Amino acid sequence: MEIFGVSVPAMLSQLLLGLVNGSFYAILSLGLAVIFGLLNVINFAHGALFMMGAILTWMAMTYFNISYWVMLIASPVIVGAFGILIERLLLRWIYKLDHLYGLLLTLGLTLLIEGVFRSIYGVSGLAYDTPDQLVGATNLGFMMLPNYRAWVVVASVVVCLATWFVIEKTRLGAYLRAGTENPRLVEAFGINVPLMVTLTYGFGVALAAFAGVLAAPVIQVTPLMGQNLIIVVFAVVVIGGMGSIMGSILTGLGLGVIEGFTKVFYPEASSTVVFVIMVIVLLIRPAGLFGKEK
Amino acid sequence: MNKNTNNLLAYGVLLLALVAAPFLGAYPVFVMKLMCFALYASAFNLLLGYTGLLSFGHAAFLGGAAYLCGHSIKVWGLNPEWALLLGTAGGAFLGWVFGMLAIRRQGIYFSMITLALAQMLFFVCLQAPFTGGEDGMQGVPRGALFGVLDLKSDLAMYYVALAVVVLAFLLIVRIIHSPFGQVLKGIKENEARAISLGYDTQRYKLLAFVLSAALAGLAGSLKTLVLGFATLSDVHWTSSGEVILMTLVGGLGTLSGPLLGSAVVVVLENKLGEIGNLLAAVSGVDWFKTLGESVTMVTGLIFVICVLAFRRGIMGEILALRNRFK
Repeated sequence: MEIFGVSVPAMLSQLLLGLVNGSFYAILSLGLAVIFGLLNVINFAHGALFMMGAILTWMAMTYFNISYWVMLIASPVIVGAFGILIERLLLRWIYKLDHLYGLLLTLGLTLLIEGVFRSIYGVSGLAYDTPDQLVGATNLGFMMLPNYRAWVVVASVVVCLATWFVIEKTRLGAYLRAGTENPRLVEAFGINVPLMVTLTYGFGVALAAFAGVLAAPVIQVTPLMGQNLIIVVFAVVVIGGMGSIMGSILTGLGLGVIEGFTKVFYPEASSTVVFVIMVIVLLIRPAGLFGKEK
Repeated sequence: MNKNTNNLLAYGVLLLALVAAPFLGAYPVFVMKLMCFALYASAFNLLLGYTGLLSFGHAAFLGGAAYLCGHSIKVWGLNPEWALLLGTAGGAFLGWVFGMLAIRRQGIYFSMITLALAQMLFFVCLQAPFTGGEDGMQGVPRGALFGVLDLKSDLAMYYVALAVVVLAFLLIVRIIHSPFGQVLKGIKENEARAISLGYDTQRYKLLAFVLSAALAGLAGSLKTLVLGFATLSDVHWTSSGEVILMTLVGGLGTLSGPLLGSAVVVVLENKLGEIGNLLAAVSGVDWFKTLGESVTMVTGLIFVICVLAFRRGIMGEILALRNRFK
């Protein structure tokens, strides 16, 4: 079976790979949006913390024989705690300054974190195996579905939707949204906004680490795995606009799929297609697909 | 002595030192590299320090122009002066395209857009056949300036490079002190007020962006001419980060800051190994010997320290001190 000269199974498998990448875009841009909403900081270190989640898992599996499933929870918790430390010790000093200092501080942190891991592991790829339960593929009749990839997409979508639910539909989320609109007023109502800010940052980076753990068996684990990804995620954020949680999720997944299709039809453009789309969106709808112009 | 004479004196001493440098035992190629980065940082500062726009895509102008200049000499056989002009024009054109897109969004989005566009150019350079991909563009001949002055000797090249950089720097000084430069400062301080005074701020911002990109392009072209090669590391986003660091360390919005900051950063990157060995000898901690391999770590640390405790940069602190004692 062929469409436009490309076999359908090949196309579907690229599509799935696109969805996998899209899941990472979705989780990371969601985290960026949540952090930006409350902290007004664009967290450049998101990529480095994504990498940290993956490498911590690799370390735990290689040195201590701890299972993937434990690390799926433990890694985000550790990185989240590290994020809380970053927020308490460093980020809190710059909230009153221009936005650009937040970007520069987290850029410095990125170089620092990546530098530390680079001095230990170099730049070559480390591999860790797919967990036993998810090895192999399921035959769907029209294509072979690699179990691990399917798991990545399902897990990411569940986590994204859960985050959306908490932020949009619960009391806690209402505080959070109110804090984004007017932190001083929310504080006047007796809510501990600084604590909320700290926890938000911790949660946002924990999401990045979760994506890192998921990503490791699919893409190579290296100290630099986060930096190229984070720039694509920035483009995703520009395209989607950071105003809407659901918008971030849909944009991330959608762009992953488009990237997957590009790999099938015009592989040379697959690394630039997201940026090209960003240019088009900027020309047609400068505020972004889901953004509101401020 | 008043402030202006003091400044003139300082610049005069710096210029004399640069003119005399090759005879004082300095390695001309290294000093030329320093000058290229000083120009790159000054061009960047025109945008961030005087207009308040944080471009995270200046690597595209530096690296893009470096490739264009190299290609035009190597393949089209252009004379160095035309290659430099072409590189500058290439930087300006890229700046115009990036600027048109990026000024559609404000603040932090502006930075993210420039970063993403520069990354796009990086991927294009990675795949395009004429850039030499991972190996870079090697063996660009220096040729003869105006077809007469052979630049093969480092000394001839040195004085040409010095003249180019000094002229470009004077142009930046002129821009900053012109009425146009004052409007840029006004936009930086309070864009809404500049708009209400009737200035078309978008146009001013775009022009500042193009000028800055053109000068960064000149720096990149000159670098290719001096070193004889252009590589992917110039178009990589870390090169955009580097120029931010140079400007920040030296002092945002000061004329001399980027000159000093670029020298500090370039020397640090080149001599970190030696500094590490020295520290190891003094303190007895062996770990310092590995410092040479940890350039990223050290740059990251400097970034964090600068943002948290040292936002005025070296020149900014000096100027602040001077004002306090007045």
